[in-house]
Amino acid sequence: MAHEMIAATNAIVVLDVALPGIVWGWIITMNMWAKSIGTGIVFLTFFLLKKYPEKTGFIRFPAVAISIVFIHIFLFFTVIDLHQMFRFWHIFFYPHLTSAITIGAWMATGFVGLLLAMAYAIYMQKDEALYDKYLGWTVLLAIPVTLYTAGLMAESTARELWQMPTESAQMILAALLAGSATMILLGGNKFDNAVKKDLGLVLGLSAFAAFILYMSEYIFGAMKAEEVAATLAFIKGGEYTILFWIGQMMAFIIPMVLVCMSITKERYYLLKIAAVSALVGLWISKHVWLVIPQLLNMS
Amino acid sequence: MQLGFLVDLHLCMGCKGCEIACKVENEVPLSTWRLRVKYIDVGTFPETKRTFTPLRCNHCANAPCERICPVSALHYLENGIVNIDKERCIGCAGCVMACPYGAIYIDPQTQTADKCTYCAHRIASSMMPSCVVACPVEANIFGDLDNPTSNISKYIQQHQGDVQVRKPEKGTDPHHFYVGGGNVQLNPLASSRDEGHNLFNKLTHLPLGGHH
Ligand code: SF4
Ligand code: SF4
Repeated sequence: MAHEMIAATNAIVVLDVALPGIVWGWIITMNMWAKSIGTGIVFLTFFLLKKYPEKTGFIRFPAVAISIVFIHIFLFFTVIDLHQMFRFWHIFFYPHLTSAITIGAWMATGFVGLLLAMAYAIYMQKDEALYDKYLGWTVLLAIPVTLYTAGLMAESTARELWQMPTESAQMILAALLAGSATMILLGGNKFDNAVKKDLGLVLGLSAFAAFILYMSEYIFGAMKAEEVAATLAFIKGGEYTILFWIGQMMAFIIPMVLVCMSITKERYYLLKIAAVSALVGLWISKHVWLVIPQLLNMS
Repeated sequence: MQLGFLVDLHLCMGCKGCEIACKVENEVPLSTWRLRVKYIDVGTFPETKRTFTPLRCNHCANAPCERICPVSALHYLENGIVNIDKERCIGCAGCVMACPYGAIYIDPQTQTADKCTYCAHRIASSMMPSCVVACPVEANIFGDLDNPTSNISKYIQQHQGDVQVRKPEKGTDPHHFYVGGGNVQLNPLASSRDEGHNLFNKLTHLPLGGHH
């Protein structure tokens, strides 16, 4: 930053408009967090039903019910964040296909339709084969529904911190983290130790991978662009430092440690603490990452 | 036709006439700005100099705001202007996230996105944008970039080597140029900015009824 270097180029803004406030705030955090649970639980349901069809059949209905609830929380917060929420239908009638928002809205609509079909198959028809057939398509659609927010962040040209493909990886990892955490809480003691161990592994490994990505950006991001350096300054001693580290601790570090302890010592009750910590920490981590690029002055 | 702007920063004296003309012409609400002039002091006392930089939408040929808009509320006109249809806008603020120049804001009265349109409504009536008319030193030069005989094309040719755009690394291809600008004027990170020392930063939205 030139203004800090030499007296001759010391430059200070003396008259301008106020810095812009945060436009995408906690409502968008809720959106991303609820979506991670809504799609993540579908990924984990698919995994468990494939690997342990005999032992995990009971999750079919509760898993789809939870996914429906959280996807609707995601949709609710998406809509209430619009400054003109009653014009939401414009997305379907005047769609602009270069926008990740449009693609996401369409995908999410299809995803909700499939979830409802799954719920109908298992609750009304009691037809597990039909449920499993729908599940395959739902998993496929869950991938773009999970990823479209990363596309949206990548299209946010003004926010240098949000890079592709890092955001895509973070979205998938967040879905796996949230999905495994929710499944651990959902299954409780009904799962046997082999299932619990697998869920713990998914939770621990997704926390590990996400933490590595955050730390890579934390350490090396600033070396690529001054905007990224200025953004990261908000979590390197700036006003979001404490919240950032609380998020990292709760979302990733504590779950990793607890997963290791639970698997090595076969204390699977620790997984529930890890799951709650991961879900709370994920919200905080997402929120910090969402907000800090918006604190930067762009003009 | 590709309409564009050029501001000669050697000429601008920071009178803010353009800013006021824009506010009046486009009924821009309090606390929001389609165009504003930023003052930056450079150097260390007593060797200091004040610079003035008018900032508005660049009407990028590769506009991130247009790309991200889910309903094409932001769209191109045939003359290259990036226009906004406020009736179609759903207020998702995607464009606010995408514009690297901070040129878009959510209008507190209509709750839709808004920005400089190069006074597209005046151009449709063969008039110049109101900021161009108001500038007493003709620092704002407006015209057709596709026409080599237009004032703006000639100005760019005459000042080869001193013509710049903001944040060229973003690949937005702005249709808004500056002559006589430096890093300090065009790069927001090249100057320090302490909140609390700016005019206008305590302004909040007035109640629509007009009473307090
Ligand atoms: S300056 Fe910003 S608002 Fe204007 S066209 Fe470019 S990206 Fe869009
Ligand atoms: S706020 Fe309006 S103009 Fe901006 S991207 Fe959303 S719909 Fe388009």
